[in-house]
Amino acid sequence: MSARVASLATVLLGLAACAGPYQEVSIETPLQPKLDVSSFNRILIAGFVAGGSQDVDANIETARLLRSQLRNRSDLQVIETDALALADLVMEDGLGDGFGDAVPLTEPTAITEEQQLEAYERVFADIGFWRQLGEEHQDPLIVTGTVLFVPHSREGFVTQEQESYDSFGRRRVVPTRAYRERTGYVLSPKFIFIDGRTGATLYTESHREEILYEAEQNTPALSSYFELMDRLLPTFLSALSTQTIRGTRVLLR
Amino acid sequence: MRNVTLGMGLVLALATTPAVATVDLRSDAKQQVEFGIQVAQRGLWREAAYRWQRAVEIDPSYAAAWNNLAIAHEHSGDFAGAREAYERALEIEPNNTTIQQNFDLFREINERTSR
Repeated sequence: MSARVASLATVLLGLAACAGPYQEVSIETPLQPKLDVSSFNRILIAGFVAGGSQDVDANIETARLLRSQLRNRSDLQVIETDALALADLVMEDGLGDGFGDAVPLTEPTAITEEQQLEAYERVFADIGFWRQLGEEHQDPLIVTGTVLFVPHSREGFVTQEQESYDSFGRRRVVPTRAYRERTGYVLSPKFIFIDGRTGATLYTESHREEILYEAEQNTPALSSYFELMDRLLPTFLSALSTQTIRGTRVLLR
Repeated sequence: MRNVTLGMGLVLALATTPAVATVDLRSDAKQQVEFGIQVAQRGLWREAAYRWQRAVEIDPSYAAAWNNLAIAHEHSGDFAGAREAYERALEIEPNNTTIQQNFDLFREINERTSR
């Protein structure tokens, strides 16, 4: 037995001598969920207080996108229901009144800043409302929050690489500084996870993602929205279920 | 004369013993590291982690073994273990850019989870 091990080791060392000092390898790193959802069977994406660009209904789109992601990448059963128009419920029906400061509310269609959204956050403290919603849907984990999706522009000098050819036809790339006007969007969602059995908030996480394009590019708002959501979806999903991140590392000899 | 020769031989043997021992330790640790690499490439990460753990026990100054052990910890989701192993590797070889790159990639994931 020991002779076999010795001969195997000899073969391996022989291979190592030929193989070089580096060995790239693929790894899959598991991320443990931030939230223990083992006591829930169902999840309800209730809806969001949304504001910003009128080109995208951030409430509807966020609810739809999260549902489709959770259907594929979570063990929880996703409840199919329309997203609540939370901003209207707060503004018109007084939902959340008496919870938090009575800050004056901006009309939902006029919201352009995070502070204006914060005034609506009293609704998330209305335990009775969330508990009742939970009862109606058999005590799920409820996901709600705020989403701000606003146009954004920035101007200034940026470094670019400029390609040129000399008289011998040789290609050269030279870094140049140029004044640029760029436009895009900022997406700032705040996800709030509520226990549908008690109405209490379990966990909250905030994100901010920004994207800029050349001014002449004219990218549709909805595709910018999806591009930004795509960046933060892994973090959102990692709150609920084990996610794996694929990557490569270099093993050394 | 014979005693003098014997004495000199003994002194020489004692003087070279630590170097020989070090070489043997590294050689043993290298065998473990190499075996670990072979099995990791076949997806047998537990066995690989065991081999690299053995390697650092045999020769704690072997930076490559610490680096590989850190990667195995990453693969199993043991972030604390991975950080500790990367830090040990970089303590031994602070200018090793490969270890530093691996560590930077690990930190990126680690920061994402603690966000």
